[in-house]
This record gives sequence, C-alpha cells and structure tokens, in this order.
Amino acid sequence: MPEITYRKAISQALREILQSDPRAFMIGEDIGGYQGAYAVTRGFLKEFGPERIKDTPIAESVIVGAGIGAAMAGSRPIIEIMTINFSLLAMDQIINCAAKLHYMSGGQVTVPLVIRTVSGGGTQLAASHSQSLEGWFAHVPGLKVVAPSTPYDAKGLLRAAYQDPNPVMYVEHSLLYGMKGDIPDEEYSIPLGVADVKREGSDVTIISYSRMAQVALKAAVRLEEEGIDAEVVDLRSLRPMDTETIINSVKKTSRAVVVEEGWKAMGIGAEVSARIMENALEYLDAPVQRVASADIPMPYSRPLELATLPNEDRIIEAVHRLF
Amino acid sequence: MATTRYKADLQIPLEELGLTRDEVLGMYRDMLMARAVSERLWILGRLGKVYFLVSCEGHEAAQIGSVYAMRRGHDIFIPYYRDLGVALAAGSPPLDIFLHALGKRADPYSAGRQLPGHYSRRDLNIVSGSSVVGTQIPHGVGTAYASRYRGEDAVTIVYFGEGATSKGDFHEALNFAGIHRLPVIFFCENNGWAISVPQTKQMVVQDVASKADGYGFPGLSVDGTDVLEVYRVTREAAARARQGQGPTLIEAKVFRFSSHSSNDDQTRYRTPEDLEGERAHDPVIRFQEQLLNSSVLDEVEDLQIREEVDRTLDEAMTQAEASPDPHPEDASGQVYSEG
Ligand SMILES: Cc1ncc(C[n+]2csc(CCOP(=O)(O)OP(=O)(O)O)c2C)c(N)n1
Repeated sequence: MPEITYRKAISQALREILQSDPRAFMIGEDIGGYQGAYAVTRGFLKEFGPERIKDTPIAESVIVGAGIGAAMAGSRPIIEIMTINFSLLAMDQIINCAAKLHYMSGGQVTVPLVIRTVSGGGTQLAASHSQSLEGWFAHVPGLKVVAPSTPYDAKGLLRAAYQDPNPVMYVEHSLLYGMKGDIPDEEYSIPLGVADVKREGSDVTIISYSRMAQVALKAAVRLEEEGIDAEVVDLRSLRPMDTETIINSVKKTSRAVVVEEGWKAMGIGAEVSARIMENALEYLDAPVQRVASADIPMPYSRPLELATLPNEDRIIEAVHRLF
Repeated sequence: MATTRYKADLQIPLEELGLTRDEVLGMYRDMLMARAVSERLWILGRLGKVYFLVSCEGHEAAQIGSVYAMRRGHDIFIPYYRDLGVALAAGSPPLDIFLHALGKRADPYSAGRQLPGHYSRRDLNIVSGSSVVGTQIPHGVGTAYASRYRGEDAVTIVYFGEGATSKGDFHEALNFAGIHRLPVIFFCENNGWAISVPQTKQMVVQDVASKADGYGFPGLSVDGTDVLEVYRVTREAAARARQGQGPTLIEAKVFRFSSHSSNDDQTRYRTPEDLEGERAHDPVIRFQEQLLNSSVLDEVEDLQIREEVDRTLDEAMTQAEASPDPHPEDASGQVYSEG
C-alpha cells in the first residue's frame, strides 16, 4: 500500500476518472494554468488539454449553472469552487436548481454533478475565507455532502461521488492536503453515507468529520494517557448521515461529544445530538457535549484565530464534563 | 461609447488640471509611499510577521490619481484589497497599514480581525467589506443612492479589478446605477490577470470600459500608469456625478508587478519576457521623470521627498511592530451592534 498525501489522493482519483471516462471534464477558477488553488490539478492541463480542464472567469454562478446544464445533457462534469466561501455566490444554482431538478421534473432530469470545494480555517485568511459551511448544504434534500479526513477516504469517496447520479458536494479541508496515508493499489470506492470508526474505545464516543476527526484522534491519544478510552467516529458523509454507526457506538460507550469546525448553532453537532436523543437517550450517562468554533466571524490575527477554533484541549475538556 | 485617451507630453499643465504644485508633489509622495509600504510588507511577509498580503505595485498611479480627483473626507471611497494607495491617499497614514497587516490590537481598520488589504476608516469615508471578489460594487451603488436620497452631494468611487467584471455583482450594480443615474464612479484597475487567468480568458472585449455600453452611461479607458491623466478623467466623472448626470465606468489599464498575493508565484504562469517587459511601465518612475523633465521638481527635492518617506516608514514600522497583539478575549464582542 503506497503512502500518499490527501492532495495526491484526490488528484489520483480525478486523474483516473478523466482517463477512464470521456464524459468527464473539469471547470473551475485557476485549475488549468495555475494547476489549482491548492495544487490538486497539477499537470492536468497538459495531460488532458484545455477542453477538459477549463479555466473560467470569476463567475461562480455560471460555473455551477453550466455544470448543471452539462450534467443534465449527459456529461459528467466535475466542477471546482475555489473555496466553500465562494459557493455562496452559486447558492441559488446549487440549492434551487441542482438539488431539486430531479424531484421537480418527476424524475426525468438527473444532475450527476460533483462540486469539489475547500472548507475550514486555521490559515489566517479571516472571516470571509475561513468558513465551514458544509452543514448548510447537508440541510438540503436532493444534495449529498461528503467531507473526508484521510487520503484513503478522500480517494474512495471521490470515486463514489463521481459514480453517484446526484449532485454531490465534495468538501476538502485546506489543512489536510499535506497529510499522508496508505492507499491500496487497486481501484476502490467508499459508499456515500457510511461512517467509519477511526478508533475503537469503550468510555466515550467522539463524533466528528474532516480535519476535526484528526484533531479528535489526537485528543483520544491524550485521553488514553489519563485512562479514558475514547472511540472516534468519523462521519465522512454528512448527508446521508450514518445514524446507525453513531448509535451503535453510543450504546456501547454511553457518552458522546460531537466536534465540528463550524459554528455550534443549528450545526452538525446539533443534528448528531438530536439523532442520539431520538435513538439512544436511555443509554446516555450524561448530556451530549458539543465542541465548535466560537460564535463569531473568524478573525485574522493569530491569537484571535487560535481563540476561535476548536482544538485538542477543548475536546478533552468536553470529555471531562461527561465524567 | 468606449474611448481610449493618451497623453504623451511631459509638460504639466497645472492650471488646466486645476492642481497646485503642492498637490502634484503630494501625489508623487503618496505614490512613493505606497510603493515603499508595499515593499516593506513583503519583507515583513518573508519574516513571517505578515501572514497574507496583496500588493499595489504597478497600480499606484491609478489609485492615487483617482483619489486626488475626489474630495477627500467628503466623497465615499470603497476600495478593494489591492488599494493600499487609495487608503494612503484618502488620508490613512502608513502606521494604520502596518498595524493592520501585522494584525495588531491597535489596527484601526478592524482591531486585527480582517485580512490585510481591507481599509475601513469611517472618519475618512473609506469602507471595505468582504474579500470576496466584486461584492463591494453593489455597496457603491447603495452609498450613492443614500447620498442622493439624503440630498447630499457626496460621490462614491468604488474600486475593483477586471476579474470582478465577470461577476453578476458587477453587472447588476452597473445596471441599477444606470437606471437611477446614481452619483457613482466604477473604477476598474485592469492589470490583465485574475490570479492566473489572463484577460483573454475572462472576456472577449478589449476594453472593460465597453461594458458600460450595455448600461447606458460612459465607459472610458485610460492609461493607468499616467497619474495625471487618471486624475483628469476621474475628476470629470466626479463632476458629472455631482451634476446629476449619473455614473461613469473608468478602466485604468495597469500592470501587476508582483504575484497576485503572498500565496502566489506568478513565474509559474507568466513568461520572463512578459514580466520583464512590464517593468518599462513603472508608474512611479514615469511620474518622477515627468516631474523632473517639466521642472516641477529638481533632483535635490526629489531626494528629500524620498528620504522623508523612508523616515516616516521607519518610524511607522517600528511603532507598529512594538504595538501589542490582540488578547484572545478580544475575539468576541462587536458581532452585533449595541445600537
Ligand atoms: C467570488 C470569489 N471568487 C474567487 C475568489 C478568489 N480570488 C481572489 S482575488 C481573485 C482574482 C481577482 O482578479 P481581479 O478582479 O482582476 O483583481 P486583481 O487581484 O487582479 O487586482 C480571485 C479569483 C474570490 N476572492 N471571490
């Protein structure tokens, strides 16, 4: 099993799709000449040419809208929105159009569209460039939303997203691109809607996704040193969400902490907690705890940014509140 | 309606331009200052003290010439992230810019919260909103609407790059302003690049100015390395706006001397000849030569001005670096106005 980076894993999945499926092409800002704002499409323009790797003007609404049109017409576009912050410019296309066309056309129109984008903070880019808005999309029926936390998941989920006949938001994290992990040589995909127990434990379940799943794993190592055996469930898919894996874990541990990088109000943690209440209330020894970013727009200055983001210490404090 | 204007002669018709010698030298000093602040920010960036920066280098004449054409402290400035020169010329001293870029507690624009390049000083009528491209253009329409609604004669000037003109925000804003003949100047600094995407991949037309045709008001292309020409054209647009004749789109053709931002390396997508060639269009050198050749300035005075700029910046930088960082507790608060 070769060890590669998260960036490379995504890149490899895209390359294999483009090589094997002539219906596939990519549209996005700075994906060609620049080779991707996060260098995911390095070498693509040269390998696949300008008809399949299309640089665009700054016009997110038409990037998504054209992707929808091409998908309706039978192509398999993979589009890139430079960061999730700019998906806001295409919100109507994503939510009013992509998510609804199949249902509202009585099943006649399908939109097999992958929208790749990048979420998260921690790189001092301030309020309008550091958001974790994936929960907004997970709110909407008709969309699927995935957010991988490892190279292995990144590649497998991208394949599944591509094969899916529905619009899928594929959400990368800017601080994970350099992370390394093992990937099998043979082709594989990871079904959408299946969570992964990244670490088994018996005392508490920490549920998270994307970069925060990695932070949770580090917190779990520290918790072990003090004798608390934490299980870490990585959601991987936000919609559909794998309730069963969450509930099975909570039934085993009787304690749960949900960690997300976005804001707490109306967030992923709220959703997961509600599912636990609905399905496993009688198993809980303590109220579910939520760890999230501070309830403010993300500030630029380093000390302020650090004060805003969730981290290992805050996860450990939340676990302590359960005992 | 798009026209291109050039002015090659080196004489400076102060009277015709309605400028005093002091004002012209002020423009020059501000251009030198903008360039030098930017150069120092790159150094702070390399030292890891400034995490992110967007440079104004190559855009100085467009930024400063346009500000001098407005009534500073009275008209409304809505700059974008590249407009360090606009902030300086509109009255915000270099100390402000260093405090901001260093994310200091005393940063007057945002108390260390906003990404460098967002200059907001209410007392100077400068406001900068989001770093999302083009979102400020509709704001300029709104400030102009409010000025007229309240019977005030302030004119708004809103700045953006040519990349922003691909966005719906640009088209919606121009259409709205055209319909209502609002007192707003749309000022495009066209450096030919949206990060790595060249103008030819952004639009089919040669001149951004021609986009005004669809909205029924004048669009003018101007050599954005010629500070006095930028001044003249902007002043005319401001006069039209003040007289109730509506908006103008000005396109200043400029060059982007540095990479898009500190996260970019433009040698990856631009040829050495291209990068070398554009150095011949340095607006600061051009103005210096113009001033020396027309005897508005002599070499001794030139040196004095430069030394003064350096001194000012040495002091500002030292002061800013010594200024305290924000406390983690400063992160909260001000999410909502208390009324
Ligand atoms: C809506 C949106 N999409 C993408 C970006 C990323 N981005 C930041 S600056 C930029 C290029 C802007 O080019 P232009 O408007 O020509 O201004 P310049 O930076 O060249 O002065 C892009 C694509 C963004 N900030 N906002």
